Amino acid sequence: MIIQQLSIFVQNKIGRFTEVTNILGQAGVNMEAFTVSENSDFGILRLIVDDTQRAVDALRAANFAVNITDVVCLDCADTPGSIAPFMNILSREGVSIEYMYAFTMGDRSRIVIRTDDLERCDRLISE
Amino acid sequence: MIWNPEKECASREELHRLQSERLVNIVKYTYDNVKFYHERMDACGVKPSDIRSIDDIGMLPFMTKQDLRDYYPTETFAAPMSEIVRFHASSGTTGKPIVAGYTRNDLDNWSEGVARCLTAYGLSKHDIIQISYGYGLFTGGLGAHEGATKVGCSVLPASSGNTSKQLLLMKDLGVTALCCTPSYALFLAESLHSTPGFSPDQMNLKVGIFGAEPWSENMRAELEDKLGIKAYDIYGLTEVSGPGVGGECEYQDGTHIWEDMFYPEIIDPNTCRPLDYGQTGELVFTTLLKEGMPVIRYRTRDLTHLNADRCRCGRTMVRMGKIMGRTDDMLIVRGVNVFPSQIESVILEFAECSGQYLITIDRINNNDTFQLDLELRPDCYSDNMSRMENLKKEIVGRLASVIGLKCDLHIVEPGNIERSCGKAKHVADLRKI
Ligand SMILES: [Zn+2]
Repeated sequence: MIIQQLSIFVQNKIGRFTEVTNILGQAGVNMEAFTVSENSDFGILRLIVDDTQRAVDALRAANFAVNITDVVCLDCADTPGSIAPFMNILSREGVSIEYMYAFTMGDRSRIVIRTDDLERCDRLISE
Repeated sequence: MIWNPEKECASREELHRLQSERLVNIVKYTYDNVKFYHERMDACGVKPSDIRSIDDIGMLPFMTKQDLRDYYPTETFAAPMSEIVRFHASSGTTGKPIVAGYTRNDLDNWSEGVARCLTAYGLSKHDIIQISYGYGLFTGGLGAHEGATKVGCSVLPASSGNTSKQLLLMKDLGVTALCCTPSYALFLAESLHSTPGFSPDQMNLKVGIFGAEPWSENMRAELEDKLGIKAYDIYGLTEVSGPGVGGECEYQDGTHIWEDMFYPEIIDPNTCRPLDYGQTGELVFTTLLKEGMPVIRYRTRDLTHLNADRCRCGRTMVRMGKIMGRTDDMLIVRGVNVFPSQIESVILEFAECSGQYLITIDRINNNDTFQLDLELRPDCYSDNMSRMENLKKEIVGRLASVIGLKCDLHIVEPGNIERSCGKAKHVADLRKI
């Protein structure tokens, strides 16, 4: 499944991150998953939320650099070894992954995958 | 077309001969008639007889804007007041203005320069020109006016202001050329599009002649598009004469300087040593024919370079590059001359950059630090860390190759760089020296 992910550029990491969570809370947006990628200079916060557009509007109103990226979301059972077959397919098919992260919802695991050919990646893991 | 092919296309040897003859004369004339310059040459141990050709110009002392202020209003005049037929004054924002005095010959040579420019832009006596520079103390209005009259254009001395009347006359007279500052042209263009009863297709405009303030290639494209014209730069300054010291030709690849009348040099603003063609430094002018207020090696504080390659248009006169800024703006970082405008032009090469930036120079443990904060366009903040880091590396590398210094680059959030009155402040020099 292809879903939308928010990416937010944050400079002063700790304070700004708190602000993001406050703004989303006030806007009534629920964060389902997040991950932070950072270097010594800045961080890129990636979020999956329940209402992407509302989150974008609230963050833009507060002058955040927020953009929407399409990502592949892989849904599988939250059991040992359940992810491995999918990864094997992607590496066998030569799909290069820019980044990925995982989160669990109830008894399901979800893997978010960013690659330059989303359609193909999505097709491969759906089969 | 070329207004004065004999001068504009003279061989470099012929030009050298003419410049030499004229420099010898102007130095002697100025030495004999301007007390302060006489004293300054004496102090440098240079006599008029030491100057035998244009190649000797480096022996002569410089003149600065401060000199013209110090000898306000007319002590730098070389001609008696009975021969002065016109004054103009600079619009300096601080202190006393600079007063320029012109003899009849000066006005004639000035309009010769303007006529060369207008002809290079394709104008002739078949054109109707609207001059919307201010008329008065400012050299723009009257300077362009007399040059256009010399060419034989039908001149509409509109001056500035009263936009709807400007547009009405432009439409009803079928004006073919507009001459004003680029910012006023932009204002007129916007008014043309927004004022009821007017539209660009009613106009007969072909050429725009813009000068007296710096403008960018983006602005040129915008003006050409909005007014349906080809837009040309006209260069000049009151201290040297006024508009028409030089102008672009049809190839728009630099501004030809009429160096048979206005001799340009480029110097290193710190050491005052002459620089070669192609090198960026401070532009210096010597008026080879001025009688009223001649200037010798006048430091303009404009930063640019000269190009002596033969132009495709056939003119042999040197071409001046874009004005990169002012010496006042120049920063010396770790001994390297850095012009904020060079940094800006590199930044604008990257489509990801919004154009908002802040250069911060500091000195820590006797070492200059050079930090550049940069905002991106809001949609260019990538979700991909390595893409962001690569962009950063590319900009740092490109800057280093252009200015010769490695900067500490920080990509910051949009809106992070302080804007003052809508215009960003681009340089913070925190060094306490
Ligand atoms: Zn040319």
